[in-house]
Amino acid sequence: MKNIVTQRNGIHRFFLQLGNKWAIIFLILGAILFSIISPGFLSFNGIQVILINSPFILLLGLAETFVIITGGIDLSVGFVMGFASVVSAKLIAILVELGMNDLLSITIGIVITLVIGIIPGFVNGVLVARLKVPSFIATFSMIGITHGVSELLIKGVVAKNLPVLAGEIGNGSLIYIVPGRTVSFFIKPLIQRGAYLIEILPTVFLIPFIFILISAFILKRTKFGQHTYAIGGNVDAAIRAGINVKTHIIKIYMLSSFLATVAGIMYVLRYITGKADAGTGFLMDGIAAVVIGGASLYGGVGSVWKTTIGCFIILVLENGLRMLGFPTFYKYILVGIVLIFAVLVDKLFPELIHKEE
Amino acid sequence: MEYLLEVKNLTKRFGGLVAVDNVSMGVKEGEVVGLLGDNGAGKSTLIKMISGVYRPDGGQIFFMGKEVIIDSPIKALSIAIETLYQDLALAENLNVYSNIFLGREKLKKVLKFINVLDNDYMLKESKGVLDRLEIEIPSLRNRVRMLSGGQRQAVAISRSIYWNARLLILDEPTAALGVAEQKKVLDLVRLLRSQGIGIIIISHQLYDVFSVADRLVILRRGEKVGERNIKETNPDEIVSLIVGAEKVSEKICPADRD
Amino acid sequence: MNNNKNSTLSKNQSPSNLLRILLAKNWALLFTLIIILIFSFTGKRFFQLANFQNILHLSTIYLLLTASETFVIITGGIDLSVGFVMGLSSVLSAKIIELLHAANLPPVLSISIGSIVALIVCIIPGLINGVLITKYKVPPFIATLGMMGITNGVALIISEGFPVAYLPGVLPSIGNSYLIYILPGKAISFFDKPKGIAGEEIKELIRIIPNSLIFISIIIFILWHILKKTKFGQHTYAIGGSMDASVRAGINTSKHLVIIYVLSSFLAGLAGVFYVFQTGIGIYTSFSAMYELLAIAGVVIGGASLMGGKGGIIGSVIGVFLLGVIENGLHLSGVDPFFRYIAVGLILIVAVIIDQSFPDLL
Repeated sequence: MKNIVTQRNGIHRFFLQLGNKWAIIFLILGAILFSIISPGFLSFNGIQVILINSPFILLLGLAETFVIITGGIDLSVGFVMGFASVVSAKLIAILVELGMNDLLSITIGIVITLVIGIIPGFVNGVLVARLKVPSFIATFSMIGITHGVSELLIKGVVAKNLPVLAGEIGNGSLIYIVPGRTVSFFIKPLIQRGAYLIEILPTVFLIPFIFILISAFILKRTKFGQHTYAIGGNVDAAIRAGINVKTHIIKIYMLSSFLATVAGIMYVLRYITGKADAGTGFLMDGIAAVVIGGASLYGGVGSVWKTTIGCFIILVLENGLRMLGFPTFYKYILVGIVLIFAVLVDKLFPELIHKEE
Repeated sequence: MEYLLEVKNLTKRFGGLVAVDNVSMGVKEGEVVGLLGDNGAGKSTLIKMISGVYRPDGGQIFFMGKEVIIDSPIKALSIAIETLYQDLALAENLNVYSNIFLGREKLKKVLKFINVLDNDYMLKESKGVLDRLEIEIPSLRNRVRMLSGGQRQAVAISRSIYWNARLLILDEPTAALGVAEQKKVLDLVRLLRSQGIGIIIISHQLYDVFSVADRLVILRRGEKVGERNIKETNPDEIVSLIVGAEKVSEKICPADRD
Repeated sequence: MNNNKNSTLSKNQSPSNLLRILLAKNWALLFTLIIILIFSFTGKRFFQLANFQNILHLSTIYLLLTASETFVIITGGIDLSVGFVMGLSSVLSAKIIELLHAANLPPVLSISIGSIVALIVCIIPGLINGVLITKYKVPPFIATLGMMGITNGVALIISEGFPVAYLPGVLPSIGNSYLIYILPGKAISFFDKPKGIAGEEIKELIRIIPNSLIFISIIIFILWHILKKTKFGQHTYAIGGSMDASVRAGINTSKHLVIIYVLSSFLAGLAGVFYVFQTGIGIYTSFSAMYELLAIAGVVIGGASLMGGKGGIIGSVIGVFLLGVIENGLHLSGVDPFFRYIAVGLILIVAVIIDQSFPDLL
């Protein structure tokens, strides 16, 4: 009798485990499905295309992960990204015009942008933590402000006149192989016309990948991460445990803004222009990815890995549909459905409580 | 024996209302004092002054023989006075040992310069304190959300004990628990007493208090209306003190003042 | 003790404090009046009947969206899908009208059918939102965010990503005409320009009361009436104030919330149909339009709290006007139009901080 019970529990547990991991299973099934229908999907090039399209949603998803775990929301990441793209594009163009060499102008432009890009987050954090403005409102206000400032900086057109080198960095890869001849890193080898060049790991994916690793480390292994979860789980407990909640929240919004800024810089390197609305479409994708990954908007739950899975679900849907010849319109519908489904899974199967960290 | 905590003539006013009026009481090491009174009698205000949430308008607080001024909850914690409110202040999304170490995480260095959480250490230490208090929790890696009310209470108490609480103030520790769990928590209180910790316990459940307390202090409308050794009183007398029929009962069995 | 009570009472009722509360309560209205005054000096042709009518006319869509958001926010929810439901409605009604028009149906018929079908279809997103939120306990933010994606996708598929433009020419003339036209000393007519008007005379033509104003006034009056004067409105506030209390008081909160989200969606649909009448085309909503966020801004500036239980139609209308006047005034003052984004952000922050500083305002 007892045996039967344990056996049933075993099967039950197995399905619970399966349910817990529905997002990754969904991702894998989606990938398999698309690769059956469209053979090129899981090919080397197919994967590269997904990686090339991934940086913005990954970075904004990461930014949103931190904020959502504390129980807030950051609506401004999209326009902070646009703001950063405008600022960096402008700066680089100005520095080049001043006669500085290309690489130096790009480097200095990026560094200054990274510093400036933290400011919106700082203001958000102060509004939320000190002035008790709901995060939804504070960060929405910041949309207006960053949007306005970026448009004023570029007077309504796109920022351009960037050095060619910027595009080469943004559209480059980590490894280049000319079969049988050379292997090089970061620098595209000169090749004869018609020679076959293999490009592995696009640079635009490498940067967010590094930030994924760092963010995962911060959230899982450090005191900062632990306090982030604690604040989202129970603010009172965090305060009574002596955590400086206000400072912590300000740091979280600064971090979010910083990651959005990185996304903006990536945009410039990839498309060689800066646009005020560069990030508008990615905000909703970013939030959706976090929620699909299993975070709760009430705070305290979520992780970098899960967000990454959420991001790739959206990317796979997007690229799969595109390869099948559907317009991107269908992606919006599917993401909307998956988003609602993600929340429904937890509501319909309350046993699916994530037991351990 | 000297008092671990002694308050003398403590008074707190809110506008025109005198919430606590000239109350004096004390707790010795290894002693459980039950603080009783009806709603609005001033129990919460009194313990909030001891735990640094409110500042008294008059009177003195002595801890381990010295006068102390407790002007913030952090100050109370720093002199080893821990207060557990009904809501327990646990982060339910974190696991047991993370809660025990919340805000005071143990770190270790990797690559000589990056501070990371020393989870192994925290797990081991937490196990140690739970064993010492004879608390059974299946896995310390479980999130607190998965625990029962009594287990959560135990986690909160062990956090206080781990951080060397000398005086523990428990606000309604058994209120939301089932019968079996209530018994476990009360057993834990007895164990803590045997380890020399001073305890103030607030409870509406008179029989719980009778089963663990050594001494009872009864408040009514902000004033202390009686103090009894548990062996020299009975629930009926206490109830009459709480509800205000004390004048009758005081004639029958006079208060013992020490 | 009595003394003390008296003194706190008198402190709250002292004239200066009453004035402060009055100011805080009506700051949006006061602020609107002040900037109208300022723009009257700085803006060319700002302080004119024609311009004010223009502001009202252009605010119609925002008034509809903000009114719908007002109901939702008072219940403590949020509806992120309104902007895209509006796009869906605009594209769908335009597409149907286009098809019927191409099939040589009379304009009146094709326009009516297109509008009515779009309005009916736009109830569906609200219905789904409401059921997800009440039956399956999906947080409103997520449910409506998902619905935002779905309606956006459907609108894009219907329109194939292009404006739906082959519509009867009579459409925009309905949407943009005025109740009364006066050619001073010569002619007066209703709903259409006086016939046989010469090219030079058109400059002197005075137009009074845009049709859109009549339309929106009726809608706003009805909504105001529902919210302030009916049991339904009372329950809406009750749910936002305390869900538990409402359930215990016997209010069917699930049904009520479903109706609220359906109403919200319906009003957004109405905005979409109106958009077709105003512009003569149907177009999907772009992400950068942020209608839903601007609607929420209007509601919050109008004194509502995202926590629920607070807010009102009149406040929201003032919120929309404030934003409309700023946009128009900055434009006519020759200020870079992008400053208005910044202005919206700053005013929103001010709104919330004022609200936080006077927690007892209702």
